[in-house]
Amino acid sequence: MATDSVLYLEDGTSFAGRSFGAPGDCLGEVVFNTAMTGYQEVLTDPSYAGQIVIMTSPQIGNYGANPEDEESGGPQVAGFVVRECSPIFSNWRGQFTLDAYLAQHGVRGIAELDTRALVRHIRTRGAMRGIVASAGRAEPELRRRVLAHPSMEGSDYVRQVTTQQAYQVDPEARRFRVVAYDFGIKRNILRCLAERGCQVTVVPAATLAEDALSLDPDGIFLSNGPGDPEPLTYAIDNVRRLLGQRPVFGICLGHQLLGLALGGRTFKMKFGHRGGNQPVKNLLNGRVEITSHNHGFAVDPDSLDPGVAEPTHLNLNDQTLEGIRHRSLPAFSVQYHPEASPGPHDSLYLFDDFVRMMDGWRNRK
Amino acid sequence: MPRRNDLHRILIIGSGPIVIGQACEFDYSGTQACKALREDGFEIVLVNSNPATIMTDPEVAQRTYVEPLTRDFLAEIIRRERPHALLPTVGGQTGLNLSVELCESGILEQYGVEMIGANLEAIEVAEDRRLFRRAMEEIGLEVPRSGFARSLEEAHQIAAEVGLPAVVRPSYTLGGSGGGLAFNSEEFDGIVAQGLQLSPIHEVLVEESIKGWKEFELEVMRDLNDNVVIICSIENFDPMGVHTGDSITVAPAQTLTDREYQRMRDAAIQVIRKVGVETGGSNIQFAIDPQTGRMVLIEMNPRVSRSSALASKATGFPIAKIAAKLAVGYTLDEIPNDITRETPASFEPTLDYVVVKIPRWNFEKFPGSSPVLGTQMKSVGEVMAIGRTFKEAFWKGWRSLETDKTLADEPIDPKRLRELLIQPTPARPAYLRAAMLAGHEVHALAELTGIDPWFLNRFQEVVQLEARLKGLRLEDLDLAQFSEAKRQGLSDRGLARLLTGSDQAPLTEQSVFQRRRELKLLPVFKRVDTCAAEFESYTPYFYSTFEQEDESQPTGLRKIVILGSGPNRIGQGIEFDYCCCHAAFALGEAGYETIMVNCNPETVSTDYDTSDRLYFEPLTFEDVMAIVQSEKPEGVVVQFGGQTPLKLALPLMHAGVPIIGTSPESIDLAEDRQRFGELLTRLEIPQPEAGIAHSVEEARRIAERIGYPALVRPSYVLGGRAMAIVYDDAALDRYVSEAADVAPEHPLLVDRFLEDAREYDVDALCDGQRVIIGGIMEHIEEAGIHSGDSTSVLPPIVIEEEHLETMRRYTRQLGEALRVVGLMNVQFAVAEGRVYVLEVNPRASRTVPFVSKAAGVPLAKIASLLMIGKSLPELGLTEDLRVRQCFIKAPVFPFAKFAGVDTILGPEMRSTGEVMGVSDSFGEAYAKAQISAGLLLPTGGSVFISVNDRDKRYIANIARDFQDLGFQIVATIGTAAFLSENGIGCGRVFKVNEGRPNVVDLLKSGRVQLVVNTPLGRESFFDEKAVRRACIQLGVPCITTISAAAAAVSAIHVLQRGEVKVMSLQECHQREFAGAAVEAS
Ligand SMILES: Nc1ncnc2c1ncn2[C@@H]1O[C@H](COP(=O)(O)OP(=O)(O)O)[C@@H](O)[C@H]1O
Ligand SMILES: Nc1ncnc2c1ncn2[C@@H]1O[C@H](COP(=O)(O)OP(=O)(O)O)[C@@H](O)[C@H]1O
Ligand SMILES: [Mg+2]
Ligand SMILES: [Mg+2]
Repeated sequence: MATDSVLYLEDGTSFAGRSFGAPGDCLGEVVFNTAMTGYQEVLTDPSYAGQIVIMTSPQIGNYGANPEDEESGGPQVAGFVVRECSPIFSNWRGQFTLDAYLAQHGVRGIAELDTRALVRHIRTRGAMRGIVASAGRAEPELRRRVLAHPSMEGSDYVRQVTTQQAYQVDPEARRFRVVAYDFGIKRNILRCLAERGCQVTVVPAATLAEDALSLDPDGIFLSNGPGDPEPLTYAIDNVRRLLGQRPVFGICLGHQLLGLALGGRTFKMKFGHRGGNQPVKNLLNGRVEITSHNHGFAVDPDSLDPGVAEPTHLNLNDQTLEGIRHRSLPAFSVQYHPEASPGPHDSLYLFDDFVRMMDGWRNRK
Repeated sequence: MPRRNDLHRILIIGSGPIVIGQACEFDYSGTQACKALREDGFEIVLVNSNPATIMTDPEVAQRTYVEPLTRDFLAEIIRRERPHALLPTVGGQTGLNLSVELCESGILEQYGVEMIGANLEAIEVAEDRRLFRRAMEEIGLEVPRSGFARSLEEAHQIAAEVGLPAVVRPSYTLGGSGGGLAFNSEEFDGIVAQGLQLSPIHEVLVEESIKGWKEFELEVMRDLNDNVVIICSIENFDPMGVHTGDSITVAPAQTLTDREYQRMRDAAIQVIRKVGVETGGSNIQFAIDPQTGRMVLIEMNPRVSRSSALASKATGFPIAKIAAKLAVGYTLDEIPNDITRETPASFEPTLDYVVVKIPRWNFEKFPGSSPVLGTQMKSVGEVMAIGRTFKEAFWKGWRSLETDKTLADEPIDPKRLRELLIQPTPARPAYLRAAMLAGHEVHALAELTGIDPWFLNRFQEVVQLEARLKGLRLEDLDLAQFSEAKRQGLSDRGLARLLTGSDQAPLTEQSVFQRRRELKLLPVFKRVDTCAAEFESYTPYFYSTFEQEDESQPTGLRKIVILGSGPNRIGQGIEFDYCCCHAAFALGEAGYETIMVNCNPETVSTDYDTSDRLYFEPLTFEDVMAIVQSEKPEGVVVQFGGQTPLKLALPLMHAGVPIIGTSPESIDLAEDRQRFGELLTRLEIPQPEAGIAHSVEEARRIAERIGYPALVRPSYVLGGRAMAIVYDDAALDRYVSEAADVAPEHPLLVDRFLEDAREYDVDALCDGQRVIIGGIMEHIEEAGIHSGDSTSVLPPIVIEEEHLETMRRYTRQLGEALRVVGLMNVQFAVAEGRVYVLEVNPRASRTVPFVSKAAGVPLAKIASLLMIGKSLPELGLTEDLRVRQCFIKAPVFPFAKFAGVDTILGPEMRSTGEVMGVSDSFGEAYAKAQISAGLLLPTGGSVFISVNDRDKRYIANIARDFQDLGFQIVATIGTAAFLSENGIGCGRVFKVNEGRPNVVDLLKSGRVQLVVNTPLGRESFFDEKAVRRACIQLGVPCITTISAAAAAVSAIHVLQRGEVKVMSLQECHQREFAGAAVEAS
């Protein structure tokens, strides 16, 4: 099999493959996603900013790409790694081949490499930086560039993906006003809120708590987003000041920010959770939810003051903390993605909980 | 919720004999359920009439009943055993229906038996299309529009609404038989009329056709905590209109966006909750309109199914095992995932490979049947293949089929191509290939076939690659091209056909293999781990692929590879898988690491915990060599998997693979007519005179010499394919022109056909020196009816001791002469007071499980131990085995599925499965076997008798017996005259071609309860065929041999007493089970 590019990792391992999508090299943290459907939602999820994503599912591109399944303005990943990229697409909603779609958005793809070997490597050595480049480059050059690339830990990727100006999403029937902090928000979160009668004002990540409150919302939403939460001190600060002022609901990065705001610590996981089949136990009712995940950092349960925060969700695979709520204040969050897209719909009820919480807050006196 | 402790003894009902639509996947699921519950300290009472199953091994359950699967027998078993609960969901449709019957008839209540897993209500909602449709409408899910009709008029009204084409389904017929797709009103009237007639309640469902839509299945599990997970999604390559069992299917679904998939997932969860299946697995089928995405629900099976077996093998998630645990109270999060150990079963497996299932058909055995695929399943088996891409998996699957046909071999008339493409048949992939080579566009082909363009495009890439490679010289192929070809799934054999050697010399599979080794182009092995490598996996379950990293990590232990039997097909079925499993068990107990190689997803052998290591791979030279070279086993076992591994024995040996047991040379000698004939002559063992003809003239000359009737067959096909009995030159010529062409390269075998001969099957064990006879089975039908199709009795009842002694002697001589190590099967015929050898199979035979269960000694286990050097005395076997009761093995035929096919038995095997009847008396054992085989012998009424002149001399007594049993007798002129001469009064009836009312009219008006009809030969052929077909349709037993008629008499005698006696295998064998074999290891 003829190859024309390589994926080179910071530990010196490299995999040869064939390029597709846009030309040019790409650098980023190499991570893998185990979802069998929804590659377009993955590509366009802003939480993947700065990452080269491997799909473990080997046949990618089969149903092409379409405008409806985008979770943001377009692909956000730094690079895309698949076993086989379909030259055609077959689906009644499809509009472009994956190749054309990535080319159009300047995203570099590499195919035909042993993705399973690559995933096993990452699983054992942990997520690491890598570069996709055309074949025949000298190793020292590749190594230099990979090591020069800033690592996820300690960097703020939110700035890259958050909205510059606030904008509004209007529901059919308007029951609640929600201010959503955009750390890299997925469109389906906005849909889920709108479907429940929330008029959402999406604000930039750095918006001050006061400015958010000045919009007199019924609730505050903290969105998902890329990278390490700890450098986002400005956001943590705002969350702290929002607590108790309004009901707060956080997802993914939003969850980590709440955890930090409640005095907890976060840590970088070895290779994270990315996929659509993670079993999460709801500790409040004992039910198991199959959930959609995308996180490389997590809140350390032992770092939280049990008097302040209560764990509500637990990952049954590795006992990672997946959800918390404040013991006295109206604030809760989950590490995973109840909005799914891609992934199962088992946890949509959390949006209803948020709505109920806002309802309760309104009628509190 | 933890294990329920209020239950202790659980009844599990198996699925009975292997039939089309219900094969050994239910042995797999039932066995898993038994093991899972036993582990947990439950006591299992198992009932299954099929002796060839692992689940009926006495070690699997505390109590094992090989008894008829009917209400009365189950009631008696329940009365004796008093189980606390019944698990109805692991025994296929048979087990489910029977459970419902037991529940509805109040028997469960009477004995306080609780139905666990699925309750009656849930089963009814899922099974009754009316209730199901209502339930689905209540939760807002769409089903195809439809209506029920009890007359042609009503049917027309519905058709007017749903339009044509329409699907017609007769209510309550076995496996929906008699239904189908009607394209025009003429067809419609035909199918409806037939359906109304076949349906016991004279009702058909007329349904909107969504032929051509995409078809999907989801395997769903639910626990008592209402946690629901989807284990696997399956997409059908063939669109709606081709039964999923007859479709090539692919896992996971390939062409669904996440939105569409999640919609389907949500629907599936709603369905299982609405229907109310409390715990366990269900199979839910969907269809999607490729133009609009409109999704409709097709059906739900509230039990483990063929698809759940496939899903278990495809994902590594053992659905039946988990279902059993859920049924006794556990919840999904309380059960660990065996493969990853740390993680729980409450998750959804994710695949980083592609699985393709391809059905295996046997149309060639049913002349006159049309190979068109429709809404009724017709395949007899299937293969599964795993690859990293669809292409790789598809072509691995294709070579696993062992049809020894390439797509190129299919004769195709270009003018008919369009029509061939439109009509789904087993050969459609070949037509697709031809069309692609002829330049048809993928989208045009998708239009014609309804097959998704994505699949067609994958397929086309390989067709184009082949075209590029065609005619190249092997040594000119560079590594890049070569590895491309292998990555796309091309086999060495396929490449040998495409490429040429130096100076255009034709290539062999071996030479391509050699070249690959020189280029170090070898496959690697990857693990099936349920989690796409996210977690470490501990279960060595592998598939090969052409990539970088190998995960197989062979151990340094002493190990033995067992080659399985591949896809089920008529003549090679579950019996061989049974033997392979036993080899794994015995060799494992003996301290070896056992390595199973097989590609049949239905089987127990491909359960990842049957052997220490499982390779889910095709059974071809190339694939087996790859495994052997990586594992370096001490020995490879080829004698348990039927012809499949046997064909590989010599090539493997020549490639230096250590074959254990009987040597490949001996195997070859026994298969080689010429040399085997010489051996028999040397041993002075008689064999029917025979000759090998390389031309029609020669064939005639041989027939001349040995005399008619003669048995003719092509030398190059195994398993009794295309065998015929010819009575004269004319017939011989016709056979040669129609059935098999004779030519120097594939000669014709001509044997003297022994008339009125009794046939015997002998299974023996041999350690290279000593021979122990496992059992001698006497066929009820005379020689000329394939051993696999005749009912046989163990021990023999009519034969003289001297002949038995002769058979034993011959068997010993042959075992020693062939230096057999392991199992051997000899077929004898006794004619004119002389014992002839028909054939010797130096391997496990179809009857090994039957004999093992009858004798209470696991022959295959012992044979495996012999292969690793143990001797018979060491294993405590010093004398031939004995049986205490009378055991009957009766075949089960698929004729109902093949309209228009004659049901007369002959030398070509056509049965798909078997049952066993056991009792102290022949009559009762035979009666039980008949009931189990689904033949309801009448206890009164009239018998229609029509026999040929040869049989007349016996018929008088039999007719008299029937009269003594209180039957009226009706006969055709000849037979009637003969009977009255012998003072037996009987009514007369016209033959079909004599006038009306004729015998078929009598049958249809229910005035004949039993038919005894021995073939009269060609002149009355049409007539008899009509009678036999009518019998199949109406379920009237039709006996075609005198000996079977005599057996029926004694059976009916027993049935008239109306008592129901059962006996568990454990009771049969108390003593033997302390026995040698089991401890030996
Ligand atoms: N309305 C329909 N239009 C066209 N084909 C159908 C329709 N309903 C079922 N089929 C085809 O018939 C097959 C068998 O139907 P199904 O309801 O699954 O019965 P079974 O119980 O035999 O599986 C399906 O796999 C599907 O391909
Ligand atoms: N010479 C013969 N005379 C009568 N019947 C025969 C003779 N040879 C074979 N048969 C019948 O044909 C059947 C199939 O023949 P066999 O040689 O066993 O082929 P297979 O390989 O299919 O078992 C036998 O079971 C037997 O009933
Ligand atoms: Mg079905
Ligand atoms: Mg035979």
